[in-house]
Formats: sequence, structure tokens, C-alpha cells
Amino acid sequence: MNNAIVIGAGPAGVSGAISMAQQGFKVTVIDEYMKAGGRLLGQLYEEPTGGWWNGVKESANLYNSALALGVDFKLSTPVSNIEKIDGQWVVYTNEHTYTTPNLLLATGAAESPIPIPGWTLPGVMSVGAAQVMTNVHRVKPGNKGVIVGVNVLSSAIAMELKIANIEVACIALPKLTKVSEETGNPLAVMNSLLNVAHMAPSQLVKMGSKLMKNDFLKKMGITFYPKKGMKMWDIPIMLRKAVIEIYGNNSVEGVVLADISPSGEIIPGTETKISVDFVCIAGGLYPLAELAALAGCPFHWIEELGGYVPLHNETMETVLDGLYVAGNITGIEGAKIAIKQGHLAGLTIANKNYNGKLEHEIQDALKQLNSTRANAFIQFHPNINIGKQKLQQYWIKHQQDIKLVKN
Amino acid sequence: MTMRIIDHPVLGRLNDSNTISFTYNGETLTGLLGESIAAALLANGIRTIRYHEESGTPRGIYCNIGHCFECRVHVNGQQGVRACLTPLEENMDIISGGKLPTPVRDWRANNE
Repeated sequence: MNNAIVIGAGPAGVSGAISMAQQGFKVTVIDEYMKAGGRLLGQLYEEPTGGWWNGVKESANLYNSALALGVDFKLSTPVSNIEKIDGQWVVYTNEHTYTTPNLLLATGAAESPIPIPGWTLPGVMSVGAAQVMTNVHRVKPGNKGVIVGVNVLSSAIAMELKIANIEVACIALPKLTKVSEETGNPLAVMNSLLNVAHMAPSQLVKMGSKLMKNDFLKKMGITFYPKKGMKMWDIPIMLRKAVIEIYGNNSVEGVVLADISPSGEIIPGTETKISVDFVCIAGGLYPLAELAALAGCPFHWIEELGGYVPLHNETMETVLDGLYVAGNITGIEGAKIAIKQGHLAGLTIANKNYNGKLEHEIQDALKQLNSTRANAFIQFHPNINIGKQKLQQYWIKHQQDIKLVKN
Repeated sequence: MTMRIIDHPVLGRLNDSNTISFTYNGETLTGLLGESIAAALLANGIRTIRYHEESGTPRGIYCNIGHCFECRVHVNGQQGVRACLTPLEENMDIISGGKLPTPVRDWRANNE
């Protein structure tokens, strides 16, 4: 019986496992978290078509479908290394060592931190941490907080905190530093926000975003952006204020906010304090790809995909024999896209083992993926397709280079 | 003080029937079986999980997915266990990680 190992029990990994199990594979899914679902677990938002996208429920559905097909889950099991020995991928965990010819890496994404003074105080956490505490573990990160970093993820989670009756005093920018870079630059942040303005509940914001197509208007927009912020779901979003310090004796007691210029410089004398008991840091997501690096995959920095991604083709093969990728390790996108990518990767693996008899199914899965991407409600990066094209060019070049070497 | 979200307008009522006891730094607390140690501590209003090995400054959970290693505690005598990834069990004995001696640095401070 063919077998495969999937690392990562998020939407990509579990759907990949399901596809392979449906093709008669014996599949083991390994994840260091105690529940299957990955970053899907915490998600909670109202769909444009009505109804709620509930990550806990969606994760349970995927997990139960996989279990019903005989997929074996090793949860609470961190993978420390992978390597290829005698044509087999060897997967080292804290308990056992597993081997397989077919390895799917679906390790997802992690959040970039933004260090600002006071950020090590207890009560400061990543915005994803607050999301999981609130929606999965059902524990409040605090009673009243501030979110540092304005982006798609932070505004979505701000709303989730509000639904759970947790007060969010405001979402503001981080102090501009060499590390915070664009996340601390009001103009750059506004540009990225304009791409998600269709999510705004206010017609004014939606219309305003259409008016701001040219650079002059953008510059005017950020110059005259109201200092007290604009409200989204009743939470002030402040593009002209930055959190310059988090203070407290043994845990968070408050933050210092200051007005900033359109390019992010602090305007002296404008500092004010807000009392809060928690702070979320939202630096955005990047592909989590250490295992692909350990395996020896070549990498490319692609801004539109959120960071360094292992080189792979559009059917999820890496350049290493028997190693495949799916989900956010290939670029930052939503869970629905990750599910389609996992399905595609699963079919690609099965197809390799069945001498190409699933070509038709693969083309179908590719179509489904592209249409899901085109219709995605939340886009983490507006130019995702450009990023995918860049990667495809690198892949073609790599294939040509291999031919040259062989000849 | 409980930080637990019992009733959620979308997710419904929390199933808290599996309540168990554990100890944190010798104090007996309650949590839900199988939730993460980090969640159980936060639900009890506990923010500080560890003290930095060198500076002794307090630390809490940061990433909640096992990457930052800020939430390391001792569990039933085993040190360096990540609270955010470890499921809570009945009668678990959890102790916060603390400052470690820095003899070389101390020696240099007093002798150089």
C-alpha cells in the first residue's frame, strides 16, 4: 500500500491527507499542536453570502472526514528534522522516527513580531495568540486592549475580540523603526488597506477607496487622515498615531500613543497614555518553511507571497523528489485556498505513484484552486497572482538549468 | 478571577463540564481537561508564566503556537515545557520557569 506523511494538520495538510486517503493511500498527519486545524481553528467571520465561517467547526469537519477515511493523526508531536536517506524521507519527531517516499509539508505560517519598547511584558501577545485564546480556548486575553499594527489580519481579529465582548481601545501603528519598516509607515499601510476596503462596513470607506486610485490623492488622504482615527466596527483605526511604548510594572498597564507624520516620524509633545491590560502585536504573516530549508529546497524571496517560499510548481511539487508543499508555506492566503492547495497536492502525489492516471483530476483541482483564489473574500496580498507568476518563472528557469547541467 | 468566555454570541455556550484541578507554583487552580496549560493559566488571570533566565524580567505567552518559547514552564518535574502546546491534565504540577545563576557574568562584574 502506498503511504504518505503530512506535516501540519491545518486546512492544507488535512485536505491533502483526505485526497490521498481517497486514492487508497495510508496517510499519517503529524502536528505539534494538540488539536487539528492549524490557523483555521481561530477564524470567525461573517461571509458576504451570509452565515458564519467558524474555524473550530470547519476544522472539526475536516478532521472527522480524514479520520473516517482511516488517516492517522499524531498530534502534540513536534517534528525536529527531516532528511532523505536511501530514497526515503525520514521524519524525526520527539517520540518516533517515521519514513515515507511521499512527504507533504503543510506547515503554514507564523506571525512576524514587531519589537517596541515594553513588548516583553506579560499581557503583550501576537494578535493570532489573542485570536486562538478567544475563539478556540474561550479565554479573554484581557478586558481592554490595543492592537499594534494595521492590516487585514489585525482588523479581522479586532472584530472577533469585539464579538466576544472584549474592548479594543484602538488599532494603531507601531513606532517606526528599522524593524517595523513599512508597518510603521502610514502611507504604506494605507496603500495596503485600500485593497481590503471592500470589507469595510461603511459605504463611505468603500467609496473613498475607489477615489484613492492615484498617488496624489493617496498622499492627501493620509495627510488629512483624522487624528482620532476612522471607526470600523466601532473601533478607531489610527493611521496617524503610533504606539511608542508599552508600560507596566509586572504586566501591561497601558500604552503611550503619539501622533506621527505621514511618513511615520513621531511629532514631539503629542504623547498620550491609554490604560489597557493587554496589547496585541500584528506584524503580519510569513510562510513557515524551516523544514523545507532543512530538506535542501531552493528558496526565493517573493514579497507578494509574504516572504521566502520554497521553489515549487503549480501542482505543488518541490524540486526534491517526493517532497511536496501546500498551504501558507507556499505564500500567505486564506484557509479556503489552503484547502484547495492541499487537495491538489494530494492528487499530485497519488498521480506520481499511479503513473499519471489522475491528470484529469489534477487539472480539475487546479481550476478549483484558481477560481477559489479569484473569488477570495479576504486577500492577504493584493498581488498574489503576480507573486505566483514570479515563482513559476523561477521554476521554469530551474528546469532549464537542470537540463543544461545534464547536457 | 475568571477570564473565561462562557457565552459567545456566535460560538454558543462553552462546554466546561470537564473541570479539573492542577497546581501552579503550589497554588491549586482549576482548568478544563485537555486545554493548553497557557489557556488554563490565563483563564485564572495569571499573566506571568516565566522569568527571563538572565535578566529575571517577567514573561507571558506571546505567540501561542510554540514558536517563541516564551511560555516555558516545569511540568511534573520536567523543565522547558511549552505551556501553549501542552494539554492540561488532572493534578498536573506546574512551576514557572525562573532566573538561572550566571556565575561567569557575576564573577566578571566583581573582578574586572
